[in-house]
This record gives sequence, structure tokens and C-alpha cells, in this order.
Amino acid sequence: MIDWFHPSIFFICGAFLIPFLRGKVQKVYLLAIPVLAVLSVSIMSPGAYWTYNFLGNSLVFGAADKLSIIFGWVFTVMSLIGIVYALHVEDSGQHMAAFLYIGGSLGVTFAGDYFSLFVFWELMAFASAYLVFAKREKEAIEAGYRYILVHIFGGVCLLGGIILHAVSTQSIAIGPLAKDGSLAFYLILIGVIVNAAVPPLHAWLTDAYPEGTVTGSVFMSAFTTKTAVYVLVRVFPGTELLVWMGTIMALYGVVYAVLENDCRRLLAYHIISQVGYMVAGVGIGTDLSLNGSVSHAFAHILYKGLLFMGAGAVIQMTGKRKLTELGGIYKTMPITLCLYMIGGFAISAFPLFSGFVTKSMVVSGATHDHRPWVALLLTMASAGTFLHTGLKLPYYMFFAKDSGIRTTEPPMNMLIAMGMAAFMCIAIGVLPGPLYKLLPYPVHFDPYTGEHVTSALGILLFTGLGFFMLLKKLDPEPTISADTDWLYRKGSRVFMWFVNKPLAIYENYLSNVYNTWFTRFTLFFSSFLARVFDVRLIDGCVNGVADFFMNLAQTLRVSGSGLVRNYAFTMLLGSVVILTYYLFS
Amino acid sequence: MIKKLVDYIGNPENVGKLKKLGYVSLVAVFISDFFVHRDHAIYIWDKTPGWGAFYGFVSCVIIILVSKFIGHQGGIMKREDYYDD
Repeated sequence: MIDWFHPSIFFICGAFLIPFLRGKVQKVYLLAIPVLAVLSVSIMSPGAYWTYNFLGNSLVFGAADKLSIIFGWVFTVMSLIGIVYALHVEDSGQHMAAFLYIGGSLGVTFAGDYFSLFVFWELMAFASAYLVFAKREKEAIEAGYRYILVHIFGGVCLLGGIILHAVSTQSIAIGPLAKDGSLAFYLILIGVIVNAAVPPLHAWLTDAYPEGTVTGSVFMSAFTTKTAVYVLVRVFPGTELLVWMGTIMALYGVVYAVLENDCRRLLAYHIISQVGYMVAGVGIGTDLSLNGSVSHAFAHILYKGLLFMGAGAVIQMTGKRKLTELGGIYKTMPITLCLYMIGGFAISAFPLFSGFVTKSMVVSGATHDHRPWVALLLTMASAGTFLHTGLKLPYYMFFAKDSGIRTTEPPMNMLIAMGMAAFMCIAIGVLPGPLYKLLPYPVHFDPYTGEHVTSALGILLFTGLGFFMLLKKLDPEPTISADTDWLYRKGSRVFMWFVNKPLAIYENYLSNVYNTWFTRFTLFFSSFLARVFDVRLIDGCVNGVADFFMNLAQTLRVSGSGLVRNYAFTMLLGSVVILTYYLFS
Repeated sequence: MIKKLVDYIGNPENVGKLKKLGYVSLVAVFISDFFVHRDHAIYIWDKTPGWGAFYGFVSCVIIILVSKFIGHQGGIMKREDYYDD
């Protein structure tokens, strides 16, 4: 009996077989892999497996505890749902990318050391970017490039932090970092919150997710941010900064969702809002709030996947993605509408739906930790969640004015996948016990108290009242919203303008000054050197030496007369001189 | 069954009935909040019956008005071709 098998192996190794399979065989294979992965998680027991020694560091690929196992559960279950949803897609590249992406996030989940975590982290970034590129449209490819650039930035921060941490502590084992304010701490934090989409580092998410393929965005909505939440829970519990970052995030996403016209971008802003709850829960750092963050991540993956599947189904069947161009399709897509609404009720935390039993843990965590403002603002954000995801989006997408679009329900596999996710959303909401048992800390929390139920219903229904009273104000407008991606989308243009205009003029001026003064002076000085030093002194010396030897040679020429008697006389004279020298010395 | 329900909700003729249903449930929720035990309440607002309804409505209005104000006056909302040139 094998007590541990890494679920990533199925996905990462399995991905390379996909292109060689066709038709039904490929579909069965695509389903078998996630099923195997779910099984491998179900037989897991806590412990450290697959430890290797590498250059004096121990790499741990199988660090399993309650925290990693619960994320393993939801990632593998969501991978199965996502694959069912994508089963009709005839593009092996997309399936491969999805498999590698899932394998990467499971690798991060079970990594026990920072180096292997980093490798899987980067695998996720590159594999998921393909799910954007695979749409093969200009906007998608541009958004994909921005996506990958932001993730490379985050990855470099993460790697820098890991190296500094490894050097200073001599350890690469993953665990809560000392809150010492060191550069390593902040670099790792930045690397992780880029992936968690914490403003102002969030714009990659709302930029890229709506541009991905219909099926690819479902995977993206589930894995990247929640893997980051997992790492935050593991490494940064109780980091005060995260409390406020998370609270601001929760409201930030809500504000932008009011303005948004693209249906999947609206949902993407609500990912930011929902991840805000998890980030705040990590920051509060009590057992209750950490349990809240983890359980909310679990529920969120399922209901957000469902919402993205619903919106994706509408996009696939109508070819439209803007709320201003949709409407009145409730007649032809009633099942999609119902399944979408289950996701909408779950994210809005209606009693008996999954969000209710998880979101309330985070809010209670804030209350019990004596943070009234955090609790109030998070509650306000949850009113906003229902307002957009549960009311505005379905109202303008399915009802409102009739856009004249007549279509049909999406393919059966897409409906089945949505049904699976919807079932999970209700099951968790009705029976939270099994989920609570999986949580990393013991749970002493009962969501279904009378006061909690009536107060939650009051918030939600009266939000609905506000929605219908201000309906005219909420009509979607055909605009896009400038966000922090402005900095690198328009900001890069400002930079290029700066380079082309002021910097070029300045450069021109500088080179004029250089030419006028420096070059001219150098030329004058060098011509002085040429005339005085070179011509007079050096040439003079050389010429002088040459003249001397020429004169000498002229004088000596005389002796070379060619007459034998002269040479004989010279030899005789020389002999006499030498003999005389020896005789008298 | 699902189709019938959805068609019923979407049919403009039934708006009046749905509105009535909505008002009844609003009142029911508001009133029921007065009859529950508040053992776990910590803050004054948690102890106030009807707080959820009040706060939900106020939150909704604030979110819509503030967001639209920021969007229009703060220059957040741009033409759709803003990034193309």
C-alpha cells in the first residue's frame, strides 16, 4: 500500500501524453488523471514524504499536513470539474497548459522547502499564461504578455527574498517567517501578494482573466490566487499589514465591480474582493480567522469556478461579453441561469449556501479579535458582493432589456461541470461539518445561529431593495475602467514620450554643447600638440638622428674607393696598430 | 420545471406579484430579527434588532453612489478604445 503519491505527478507527467491521444480516448484520459489525483489526496496522511538532498539542502516535495491536504482536496476536485467543463475543447495545447498549471499549484501546496515552491510557482505562471494566449486574439495576446511580465516581476521578488532568507537563516524549510522587517520578509511578501492580487499589485488579474479562453479562465479563477492564499496562511499568519490590505481589497473589488461592463471582468473584481476576506483572515491570525481564510478559499474556488463557468457558457453561446450587449436570454438559457444563481447565492453568503458557512468565520474572527472596523467593512463588502454577482450581473445578462439574442443551452459537459460545482456549493452550505473537519485548527463555530441567519438575510434582502430602487443608476455603461495597470499600459507610453520628446531634446542640446565646446577645444589642443610637440620635437629628433647618420655615411663613403692597394695599406696599418698595442700593454 | 420558474420570473406580467413577494419577505426578515436570541453579540450594533437590514440597505446605497461618483468624477471610467492607439 502506497501511503503517499504526489498528485502533481499525474498532471505534470500526464500532460505530455495528451497530444498523442485523439477523440474519446483523449477524453477518458483527461478525466482519469484528475480522478487519480483526487484518490491520491484521499489516501494521504500527514507527514513528510519524498525528501531529497540537493547541494546540501533538503528538498521536500511531499510536506502533508492538514493545511496542505485541504488545499490538495479542493485543487484536485476543482481540476476534475474544470476538465469536465473543458471536455469539448479540441485543443490539446490548452489541456496540456491546464494540466501543467494544476500540477504547479499542487506542487506549491505540497512543497516543504522554498526552492521547490519557487519552481512550481513559476511553472504555474507560464502554464497559465498559455490559457490566455490560446484565445489567439490580439487583445488576449497583449494581456497575456502583461500577465507574464507582472508574474516575472513577482517571481523575481520571491526568488530574491528566498535567497536572502536562505543565506541569513541557513534554512530553506517553509514555515512562518519571523516578522523582523528584513528585506527577505518583504520581498517574499511582495512575491506572494502579487499572486494574491492585493492592490496595487492586482491589475494583472482583472486584465488577463477576462481575456482567457472560456474554459481556461475557469482554471485561472481557481488556482493562482488561492495558491497564494495558501502560502500566506503558511508563511505570514498574523501579519498586521495584511489585515488592512485585505479589508481594502474586499471593498476595492466591489467599487470597481459597480463600474464594470465586461461580465467576466466584473467577476474578476469579485475574486479580488473575496480574496480580500482571506488575506484579512490571515492577517488577523487567530485560529478562527485562519480557519475562516482556509475554508473561504475552499468554498470560493468552487463557487467562483461556477460563476466563471456560467459567464463563460453565456460568452460561448452568444459571442458577447459586455452587459450592455446582453439581456433577455433567460428564455433560452434557463438552466445556465439557475446554476449561475447557485454560485451567486454561494458567493453572497446566503444561508444554506457555501459562502455563508465560511465567510462568516472570517468576519467572526475579526469581531472576536476586537476589530470592529474590519468586521463592519467586510460586512459592507459582502452586501456589495450580492449586489453585483447575485443581482447586477444576472439581471443585465439574463433579464433587463431583450437584446434579441436567441441561443441554446451550452454543451452537456459544461452543464454537468456546473452542476457538480453547484452541488458542492449547496452541500457545503447545508452540511458544513465535513469541511470543518478538514480545517487546520479545531473548529468551535456554528454558523447557523438565529441571530446570524436573520442578520445575514436582512443584509442581503435589503441590499436587494437598494438595488431595485437604484436600478437606473446601475445601468451598465459601455466603458472600461482605468486601474493600476494604467501605470504600465499608459505609463509606458508616458515613459516613451518622455524618452522621445524631453529626453531626446535634452540629449540633442547636450550633444550640441559637447560638439561646440568639448570637441572644438579638443581639436584646438590637438592641433597645437601636432604643430609644436609632434612636428618640432619628435619629428625634429627623428630627423636630426637621420641627418647625422646620413652625414656620417657620406664621410665614410670616401674610404670605400674599390682600389686593392688602398685596402692592403689599411690592413697593414691596422696590423701595425694592433701589434703595437700588444707590445706596449 | 426550472424553465417554467425562470419564465415566470422573467415574464413582465408577473412583476407585480414578484414585487409583493419581495416586500413580504423583506418585512418577514426584518420582523424575525426581533425574535432571535443574541447571546454572541459583542458590539452594540450586533445587539440592535434590524441592524442587518439597515446596514445592508445603507451599504448598498453607499457602494453604488460612491463607486459611480469615483468612476465618473475621478476619471476611472474611460472610452472602450482608451488603450488602443
